[in-house]
Amino acid sequence: MHSRREWAWGYLLIAPMALGLAVFYLWPIAQTLYLSMTESGVFGGYTWVGTANFADLFTDEEMYGALGNTLLYSVLVLAGVPLSIVVAALLNVPGLRGLSIYRTLYFLPVVTMPAAVGLTWSYLFNGDFGAINHVLGTVGIDGPYWLGDPDFAIYAIAVVGIWSSIGYNAVLFLAGLQGIPRHYYEAAEIDGAGRLRQFFRITLPLLTPTTFFVVVITMINALQVFDLVYLMIDLKSPALEGSRTIVYLFYETGFVQNQRGLAAAIAVILLVLILVLTAIQFRLQKKWVHYE
Amino acid sequence: MSKPRTWPAHVFLAAGALVMLAPFAWQLVVSLQTLPDSLRVPPKFTPSWQWSNFADVFRSVPLARQFLNTVVVTAAVTAGQLLLCSLAAFAFARLRFPGRGALFLLFLAVLMVPGELFLIPRYEIMQGLGWLNSLQALIAPGVFGAFGTFMLRQFFLSLPRELDEAASIDGASPLQIYWHILLPLVRPGLLALGMLTVMWSWSSLLWPLVVNTDPEMMTLSAGLASLRGQFLTNFPILFAGSVVASLPVIVLFAVMQRQLIAGIAFTGSKG
Repeated sequence: MHSRREWAWGYLLIAPMALGLAVFYLWPIAQTLYLSMTESGVFGGYTWVGTANFADLFTDEEMYGALGNTLLYSVLVLAGVPLSIVVAALLNVPGLRGLSIYRTLYFLPVVTMPAAVGLTWSYLFNGDFGAINHVLGTVGIDGPYWLGDPDFAIYAIAVVGIWSSIGYNAVLFLAGLQGIPRHYYEAAEIDGAGRLRQFFRITLPLLTPTTFFVVVITMINALQVFDLVYLMIDLKSPALEGSRTIVYLFYETGFVQNQRGLAAAIAVILLVLILVLTAIQFRLQKKWVHYE
Repeated sequence: MSKPRTWPAHVFLAAGALVMLAPFAWQLVVSLQTLPDSLRVPPKFTPSWQWSNFADVFRSVPLARQFLNTVVVTAAVTAGQLLLCSLAAFAFARLRFPGRGALFLLFLAVLMVPGELFLIPRYEIMQGLGWLNSLQALIAPGVFGAFGTFMLRQFFLSLPRELDEAASIDGASPLQIYWHILLPLVRPGLLALGMLTVMWSWSSLLWPLVVNTDPEMMTLSAGLASLRGQFLTNFPILFAGSVVASLPVIVLFAVMQRQLIAGIAFTGSKG
């Protein structure tokens, strides 16, 4: 093999992508890190302010509010992960017919534009004419003004977050389930273990690598939620205080108030938060993830 | 092994499917209601066959223009991703060159950084180029992707080595091997990445929202979001727009679901 030529081809074929990533990914990362230490002036341009942006953010109530809302939302969405395991387990029942129909239906929220999804759910959650409060009313519950109430808004958004991620996660779990060798179940059956026992003693432990992957991905996505909040909560709604997430605050600061330096600092905080929480997940996995 | 009954599974799955489907059905119903019907208490669960909503939404915002914008951007981004990602993925998986490992790690690092970190500098790049409120502002950053490179690399790695070795002995250049021999074999990967890119590009909101503020240059996603501000309670018109905006991807998914699901499962289990 002409290895010199192979080198040249390697660099040549990677060049377009590497160049694009350098311009639109790597340079922006460095730039954002730099901007987070600056303040944007009225006439454009930036002045160096060191860690002042971070100091400001650490005493800012809105920042803490956004942090709290984001973490609450993430925990709620993570609590929905078991639902996907149940759906995947049901889809994996031997001899089940209509698999592709179910898959299509459960996947519908994943493929639909979040804009359309968010608007539809904001209608469903409307306090006056919304279908959800109507249904709750028929069983005697007086529903709140979900998206107008800072105490309830984030829960309503989390419901949508869970609803729209079940299909995606279930597909990952289904792939994990199909990777479990059948002979484990055959052995368990001979030992007289029932279906439920098999599920808890074989399926769940052998599914832990997939579960770990899904939990990490779901967490990282949830920490960056923006679309649903932006679409479901009106800018002037009193509920914004209870549902403003970190990315929403970033958008507001950087592109509504045009404080680019401060917004960059918020993005850096988000990066650190994601890195720390992901590292913790990787630490914890030793305690509960079983690799064959 | 005893044959298990499947009907209990069907009961639960069907109930769940109903929950998945209901908001869409409800959206479709409301898109055909009159404004007073859409605000009725208790809710009216049947359409009033107000077809004019669909004409009105095209009249009240440049929806046709936004639709065209979205199609152009999505097509360009998807084509670019497929070409550039497959080229880089092929090189990473099949060619040996110094620094390959380090370069690939750099690609992976990009994958782990949240998108918000790119946003402000990208905006300033577009501003500097005079590209704000243009379709190229939406296309240019979208055609590059570390995820697609990583995903297709997995597909290239799964092919037997003998294929390119034999072709190389016959004198084929790496570009010929890529194009004539390996690319046809990673078709499932290309289809899956293509579907994912279409989905993401079609729906993405934050970047289009930031970079194109002129309604004429918006994509459907941002257009719908701005529609909400203008017609705060006109849900029938809003939903007519939503139906128009989400239908193409839903149809595409219905046709291509097997490839998409296979792709997600493939990268998911190896991720």
